[in-house]
Amino acid sequence: MNALIAATIIAPLLGAALGLMARSSLLRDGATIAGLGTAAAAAIALLVRVADEGTYVVRVGGWGPELGIALVADLFAMLVLPVALVIILVVEIFAIGQRRTAWGANPELAGPLLCVLTTGVSLAILTGDLFTLFVAFELILVSSYVLLTHQGRRGQIRAGMTYVVMNLLSSTLFLLGLAFVYAATGTVNMALLAERIPNLPSGVHLGIGAWFFIVFGTKAAIFPLFSWLPDSYPTAPTTITAVFAGLLTKIGIYAMIRFHTITGMDELGSVMLIIAGATMIIGALGALAQSNVKRILSFHIISQIGYMLMGLGLFSAAGTTGAILFLIHHMPVKTVLFLVGGLIENDQGTSSLDRSGGLAARRPLIAVFFAIPALSLAGLPPFSGFVAKFAVISAGISSGATLIVIVALLAGALTLLSMTKIWIGVFWGTPPDATQANAPGNRTIMLAATGLAVTGTLAISLFAGTLFELSERAADDLRSSAYVEAVTK
Amino acid sequence: MSVALLVAVGGLTSVGLYLITARSLSRIILGFSLLGHAAVIALLTAGGPPGPAPIAGTGTESTANPVPQALALTAIVISFGLALFLLALAGRQHQLTGDDLVEDDLEDQRVANASAVDSEGTR
Repeated sequence: MNALIAATIIAPLLGAALGLMARSSLLRDGATIAGLGTAAAAAIALLVRVADEGTYVVRVGGWGPELGIALVADLFAMLVLPVALVIILVVEIFAIGQRRTAWGANPELAGPLLCVLTTGVSLAILTGDLFTLFVAFELILVSSYVLLTHQGRRGQIRAGMTYVVMNLLSSTLFLLGLAFVYAATGTVNMALLAERIPNLPSGVHLGIGAWFFIVFGTKAAIFPLFSWLPDSYPTAPTTITAVFAGLLTKIGIYAMIRFHTITGMDELGSVMLIIAGATMIIGALGALAQSNVKRILSFHIISQIGYMLMGLGLFSAAGTTGAILFLIHHMPVKTVLFLVGGLIENDQGTSSLDRSGGLAARRPLIAVFFAIPALSLAGLPPFSGFVAKFAVISAGISSGATLIVIVALLAGALTLLSMTKIWIGVFWGTPPDATQANAPGNRTIMLAATGLAVTGTLAISLFAGTLFELSERAADDLRSSAYVEAVTK
Repeated sequence: MSVALLVAVGGLTSVGLYLITARSLSRIILGFSLLGHAAVIALLTAGGPPGPAPIAGTGTESTANPVPQALALTAIVISFGLALFLLALAGRQHQLTGDDLVEDDLEDQRVANASAVDSEGTR
């Protein structure tokens, strides 16, 4: 088990180092794919083991929880980690197909940097203490800053500035929050915090909860802290945006689910629900006002974060289960939609709705690849979005939070509306005259990678029963003392 | 806990936040450096009362708490690296536009254009 956990963190980093040293593009791709593939395989093996044997804890260097870094492979982490790593692997394959086009990322940097980002993702998911979480966030963010701006185009620099400044501010707040937590409790280990924070005076307790709600909320792009997201994401190369969309905000919400559930921040529930409702509606309305595929999809990231926040804000077993399930469903679906956005761009030379059309007749496969995740995002049966949304909404009904349920259903309808807008603009109508992409890239690889990811989202709805049970167990582990006992024993 | 340190944290935070609201990236970088210092001092203050260096086997009781110092060191390294990245970003912006100002985002520009069109329509 130790080796498997180490592999998810170290293999991508080795892949990055070898990839940066490699002289030929073949070697570089080999190194990055090998690093990402090893990590993904290790994560899947870990999921199987942890589902059987329960939470596994690695104490790095043999230090106890007071001083050392603990890596905790509990069921929640193990449900999210394989999904995240497989997504990155698929996107990297897509990137290899796309690199000779005008929208591809620069291959010398993008592959290795994606590997560094993967290390950060693994560490953020596995870590058992807040300070390592901070370091993991920084690892993710620094590679994302470079990935976003590495081509140095004007739009990227403009959007990159807002992105970097906002995220840097929330990182600094994170650091200040760490100081507060350490002053109040004398530890940054999450299991020890779970024991000590509930015993603090209620003002300090709430203050810590609210502070970290803002910190993680900025990373997760909740209302009203989302303004950096829809402007910066669409400027990056498609594959980069796909990874950001599928993972970055989700790591923020993952940290929030973990921290706020195990430290018992139930009093913040009503605030979270209000913000969740606003996030859903504003994200969906923002999407409706856009006329570019990538920008519409970027606003939907925000809207969907609202659902996960709603599940968390209910602070019930069913709510947390719903949030976890939604997280697992949302990561691949969002990534696939951005990959399809990349395919559209590649084919039409633009992702603007006004200047494209008629793609359904010319490329029916792309239309199918778009339709499945789009309907899933809107929450229609039988796709994965339906299962996840159903879990969150039924949890809301059983907690008696009627208002937020109505808002959630309304946001779902608005989502469907803006998906229809993309469909009408891109897939129907007459094709624009002579806007072919200048260099088509390797379409087979790109289609294969997208197809693989679409199959993955279908698999989620196929195995929804198993996933629901696992999410339920993961939620129970978080809400009970199982996590604390595993780390401190 | 020393009042001087608390005042330092407060002062650095307020000046840092003020600088971050500026439009020019070089001021923002300065702001972040100050905020980073504030966070590091806050971490040190969180470690409790000062004491002799925490070296094992020196036989003294009541040494300083080493954990926040380790955390602070890590944070310093990270903020140093990020300051460099921000400088590079400012440099690139200067290359492209001749200044280092943060530009309006696309949404702002669209809203501004839309209101210009509206006011023309009512005129």
